Amino acid sequence: MRGLVICWMLIGGLGFLIFPWYVTGDGFFSINWILEYSLEDYGSVLPQVFINKKYWLLPILLPLIFPLATLKLNQNNPLYSKIFLYSGIIGFIYFFLQGFSIGIRGWNFEILQSIFGDVENQYGVGSGAVLTCCTFVFYITHGLSARGWLNGDNFIVGSIGSIIILVSTFVFFPIFRMFTVAFKGTEGGYEISNFSDKIFNKGIWGLDCLYSDYACGVFWNTITMGTLTAFSSTILGLGFALLIARTSFKFKRTIRILSVLPIITPPFVIGLAIIILFGRTGVVSSFLEWGFDIEPSRWIYGLPGIWFAQTLAFTPIAFLVLIGVVESVSPSMEEASQTLRASKWQVFKTVTLPLMRPGIANAFLLGFIESLADFGNPLVLGAEYDVLSTEIFFAIVGAQYDETKAAILAMILLSVVLVVFYLQNQWLGKKSYISISGKGDSGVHPELPNKTKWVIYSTVLPWALLTFIIYVMIMFGGFVEMWGVDHSFTLRHYIEAFSVDWVKERGFLWTGTAWNSFNTTFTIALISSLPTAAIGILTAYLLTRHKFKGKNAFEFGTMLSFAIPGSVIGVSYVFAFNVPPLELTGTGIILVIAFVFRNMPVGVRAGIAAMNQLDPHLDEASSTLNASSAQTFRNIILPLLKPAITASLVFSFVRAMTAISAVIFLVSANYDLAVSYILGRLENNDYGLAIVYSSALIVVMLITITLMQLIIGKRKLGRRDQAAGILQGNLG
Amino acid sequence: MKKAEVKFENITKKFNETTAVDNVSCKFEAGTLTTLLGPSGCGKTTSLRIIAGLERATSGKILVDDEDVTLLPATDRDVSMVFQSYALFPHMSVLENVSYGLKMINVNKEEYIQKSLETLKLVNLEGYENRMPSELSGGQQQRVAVARAIVLEPKVLLFDEPLSNLDAKLRRQVREDIREIQQKLGVTTIYVTHDQEEALAISDKVIVMNNAVIAQEGSPKDLYNFPKNKFVANFIGDANVVKAEILNKQSNSYELKIGEMKIKVQSDKNFEKTVSVALRPEKILINKDKKENSIHATVNNASFVGSSYQYILNSNAGKLFVISGETNDIFKVGEEVFLSINEEEVKILND
Ligand SMILES: Nc1ncnc2c1ncn2[C@@H]1O[C@H](COP(=O)(O)OP(=O)(O)OP(=O)(O)O)[C@@H](O)[C@H]1O
Ligand SMILES: [Mg+2]
Repeated sequence: MRGLVICWMLIGGLGFLIFPWYVTGDGFFSINWILEYSLEDYGSVLPQVFINKKYWLLPILLPLIFPLATLKLNQNNPLYSKIFLYSGIIGFIYFFLQGFSIGIRGWNFEILQSIFGDVENQYGVGSGAVLTCCTFVFYITHGLSARGWLNGDNFIVGSIGSIIILVSTFVFFPIFRMFTVAFKGTEGGYEISNFSDKIFNKGIWGLDCLYSDYACGVFWNTITMGTLTAFSSTILGLGFALLIARTSFKFKRTIRILSVLPIITPPFVIGLAIIILFGRTGVVSSFLEWGFDIEPSRWIYGLPGIWFAQTLAFTPIAFLVLIGVVESVSPSMEEASQTLRASKWQVFKTVTLPLMRPGIANAFLLGFIESLADFGNPLVLGAEYDVLSTEIFFAIVGAQYDETKAAILAMILLSVVLVVFYLQNQWLGKKSYISISGKGDSGVHPELPNKTKWVIYSTVLPWALLTFIIYVMIMFGGFVEMWGVDHSFTLRHYIEAFSVDWVKERGFLWTGTAWNSFNTTFTIALISSLPTAAIGILTAYLLTRHKFKGKNAFEFGTMLSFAIPGSVIGVSYVFAFNVPPLELTGTGIILVIAFVFRNMPVGVRAGIAAMNQLDPHLDEASSTLNASSAQTFRNIILPLLKPAITASLVFSFVRAMTAISAVIFLVSANYDLAVSYILGRLENNDYGLAIVYSSALIVVMLITITLMQLIIGKRKLGRRDQAAGILQGNLG
Repeated sequence: MKKAEVKFENITKKFNETTAVDNVSCKFEAGTLTTLLGPSGCGKTTSLRIIAGLERATSGKILVDDEDVTLLPATDRDVSMVFQSYALFPHMSVLENVSYGLKMINVNKEEYIQKSLETLKLVNLEGYENRMPSELSGGQQQRVAVARAIVLEPKVLLFDEPLSNLDAKLRRQVREDIREIQQKLGVTTIYVTHDQEEALAISDKVIVMNNAVIAQEGSPKDLYNFPKNKFVANFIGDANVVKAEILNKQSNSYELKIGEMKIKVQSDKNFEKTVSVALRPEKILINKDKKENSIHATVNNASFVGSSYQYILNSNAGKLFVISGETNDIFKVGEEVFLSINEEEVKILND
């Protein structure tokens, strides 16, 4: 224990005395400061204080070294824990204050200006400051555990503390920042009038479309879109689920593959395919004009197109939820009903459907949330039909650059989604797990009544065919000159995007225009998958194996980012992290962070599912054998969770490859991602390149997922469900 | 091996509403094997987990060799536990499982391998060290779990229903093995079971629990012969508990009437009018012919269980359960019989 304390004191000391306190021009992780040390530019605290006259940094030293006083104290002495706890808290608060007291225009408070004189502006925190801050967090958690919190277990208290700090910094703080931005006045400062002007706005709440030719407010547009999509995808999802679970349809496996599609489909792909098919020069439109003299129109742009595309995109999600529901209806109930002389149709109507009702409502609400959070389809197909997620984007990246508007729209979107999410959890979460009874239930589900079966066949199968056509088109669309205009074979797009040249002296040259963003995407997705899985599994361990006060709030906090729509996260990150002290926009780090905290809940869910299959006696046995909780975690939990870890690694990787709504706000010239590259091509009407790139991404991700299934499937048959569960966990 | 005495001082454990252990004080003597016996849900496992440090007492103190360990986490206690499910680490070989605890306290490699092999020999598992737990039979897994616990030479060794996953034959064998190892090592052992025969067979002392409190403690013989209350009398040896009328009382000698039978019994406690007595089923004799001072009864049910016949009889003293070693000359259902019992075998219960 002493060793650990000294180690952390050293880390804090190094951070304070050696490492650069402010972020250097070359980036956070750059080590140039070692190579060309210059006290003014790369200085740690001391040079900052004496050369750059930043005297307010000096007091940080005090709480940092004060715990040295404990080296002679017995750990059970109450003074020991007090010294750590208070030093940590004081240090942390002071650190926090010095960071936020200076804004971009100098001191935020006049009194400080009169004491310390003028400053230019705050700089972003550097590695030294981060290390110092970590040491304060360690002091706090060490103080708490010395007080006997959680059996005095340093590892557990430390982990909980770190996760709380991380989630607060990267989930709650940005959201909080967004709220403050919403109340910002036109000339700095905060005013309520500006806020109320912008929130009670016709553009948001107007209902003109009901009685005039003008468009309705963006709020109503969004709600309409969400309701329509949720409705159609639930119906179709239910159809597919019944088809798989309750008929003897031959191509079940093929249909099942559907459920993987949304994970590997880059955004825009479906919208793009719809344009190619039904747009003015689209294949279908041209055919209709040629055959039936139907004038091609732009009907696909706007609500019909978005609805169409979202239904295609989210039906598989509804299917995944509903297949679980359909299969969990206990057959013995249906058999009981049959023995009571009910006909097939009566059984279906009086037993099966009512039992599934909560599950269906669940799928509906999920579809609604997904639709509201969707960004790609409304962007490509929306035209004049504005919805919240894209409006947020245009408010901040477009010519208008109106932060307040973006923040207000994001608040509205967040509120709607949180309300629905809350409903789904509270009201349905418990009900939707119907009777999977244990072993005794060996009955078989009855077949569907014939009429129902035919209704399902006739709606679902054409839809499946359409989905199939769309993916085929994407795969082959890259090989034609220009869809709808010139269908001659070409490799032009592939060459443009992915060509590789061999030059004698210089080896391979990655001359394709897509390589740059492809490599960035791949690297960032790879890097971000590690912390995602690590934090996810650690959180799951804490949640399933330890009891502590505020555990529910802890769980809520770690799962919250799952419900927050990507555009809200994206815009709040822009507000929170484009100004010091946490100046991260324009770096690769912010992309990694965005992915980590977007995908972490998936890791947590996967971890919890896997932990629940582990006998808790295993960890108890380990702790009675003298292993500390950190050793138990490393020696017992981690090895046994390997399949879940692999799965969440691969999974967060795949998700990071295709995510768009959050990161579109955060990409920069140096860190361009595949999705934003594709968006750029689309805006230039360069469909060929977009298709080529998308199909390349699909292939890469298919390979990754297949490999994952092979690896996990081989380990043990019983574990295969886990991988599927993780996929479902993400979508459900 | 180290021996230690474990003491409970007013231990209470609450889970929200339920009280799993209610103000229990008792002593587990150094070097002995003590059993916690009782019906399901009476708080045995919870008591054991409190000793292991896996559960924290809501109030009260627990002392090991007079040292207060109440707040010490499991990791830092010199206590090992054998779990009902064995809890062998499935990703480690037998040897790795057994040496796990030694590795955690940084014993060097040579030493821990040698020690683990010795311990495996002690539990008769020589040559199994490189198998994985899934390649062992239930009984062998059980012995690995025991080896893993004793290799650390703990002060206290805990067992939570270690035999419940084994078949009836193996159970007898393994419980003898456990007792033998315990006596060889002389380690203080606390053993949880709900099987009274198992408890009586292996313990130095038995603590009978009921509804989160101790119903009675003592040596197996004492408990069997002198149950203090209905619960213990019935739980151990399925004794019949019947009401007896007090006919006469002289200092501590009572004359009682059970059914039509009159007997004299000693007790230092003071009773009025009626008293409960325990009659062991194998101590009641069944006679075809009328005997002096006996209870008249009719056979209600008879079942053959191999070595004996078990009868349920209706009598004036109530329904009686009787075991008879006589398997040739049996009594038929409906037959009228006469029951007699030796005066010394009638035990007055305190409540
Ligand atoms: N973690 C817990 N949370 C809530 N109640 C608990 C918990 N553990 C035990 N209990 C309750 O405490 C009481 C005692 O449980 P305990 O496990 O000690 O019983 P036991 O004597 O070991 O029974 P068995 O022979 O069935 O194993 C029970 O009523 C049980 O429901
Ligand atoms: Mg138990």
